[in-house]
Amino acid sequence: MAETMKLEIFRYRPEKEKEPSFQTYKVPFREDWVVLDAINHIKDEIDGTLSYRWSCQMGVCGSCGIMINNVPKLSCAAFLKDYYPDKIRIEPLTGFPVERDLIFEMDDFMTKLTEIQPYIIRKESEEKPLEEGEHLQSPAELAHYKQYSMCINCMLCYAACPVYALDSTFIGPAAIALGQRYNMDSRDQGRDARQEVIASHDGIWECTFVGECSVVCPKDVDPAAAIQRAKVSSTVDWFKDILIPWGKKK
Amino acid sequence: MSVYHRPVSNTWWLKRKPYILFMIRELTSVFVAGYCIFLLVLVYKLTQGANAYDNFMVALKLPSSVALHLISLAFVLYHTITWFNLTPKILVLYRGEERINQGLVAGTFYAVWAVISFMVVWLVLGV
Repeated sequence: MAETMKLEIFRYRPEKEKEPSFQTYKVPFREDWVVLDAINHIKDEIDGTLSYRWSCQMGVCGSCGIMINNVPKLSCAAFLKDYYPDKIRIEPLTGFPVERDLIFEMDDFMTKLTEIQPYIIRKESEEKPLEEGEHLQSPAELAHYKQYSMCINCMLCYAACPVYALDSTFIGPAAIALGQRYNMDSRDQGRDARQEVIASHDGIWECTFVGECSVVCPKDVDPAAAIQRAKVSSTVDWFKDILIPWGKKK
Repeated sequence: MSVYHRPVSNTWWLKRKPYILFMIRELTSVFVAGYCIFLLVLVYKLTQGANAYDNFMVALKLPSSVALHLISLAFVLYHTITWFNLTPKILVLYRGEERINQGLVAGTFYAVWAVISFMVVWLVLGV
């Protein structure tokens, strides 16, 4: 008899029930299957009502994040064989309101991402005409922020962050890391504008440095490091303001 | 359509080992602060004359006091080691395009810690 595995999946159908429940499915165990393959098998062969997000199946799009045994993971990058023969418990990413089954609402993250202004900002007065060419950057300057630019917005870091789960006003790891990515870009001049969000009460100072955001990140972005470094820069700003108040930037 | 907000239980930190370790790290701060207060009390006793200081020293040699000190030492060591291990995340140094080894950054802190500890032992015990 072919080997099988059990998947215990979080179900929430708002038109039918007020409280979520768990439904167990038996799927074939295959060495080369990832959890997403097993969920697709359920959708195609067992229960077409199961709802979840996925797209690229290669760890690039960041759509298929779920909780697997309480740990946030991309379902396309988590192999069944790493859990076999135990039952796998699957839930939507922690910290987000659930819309249906494994689908959660990401509006809050999208709003925060916009607030952080994740793009290069130039001072109009210092902008050069297009004819003068691009703003060049050395490989060393690129190296300083490259790690923080690898984010795929999968939100696993938010699901790993207990601060965000307890207080969703926290701007959160990915958004701050992306802000830091642009702050550290030698071509950018928008740090002051981002500081209003990053150094606000709901920004970096909410972070207690649990560090799990960096552990679960599938792209090694290390948002925990980005946040702590932003704390150092903001503290330096504060001391500069106190010690050299006449040196304040306009 | 109504969304479902999952409640967060007060025992969220017991669900995964990294969260438990984090909470222990947070708890160790109490012992660090407690030991700072203890040192202030020690200095205060010193200002109260030789008698007060000697009495305090006798109390410190009680088994309960020694046990408390050992417990505090364990927590303070946990605090120091976990924070030193995190320093490379905060202190990110580059030599050109290459990031300076994270072990070297943390190692520097351990080395300074060892030197200072040796100096304290040398001052206190005179060895």
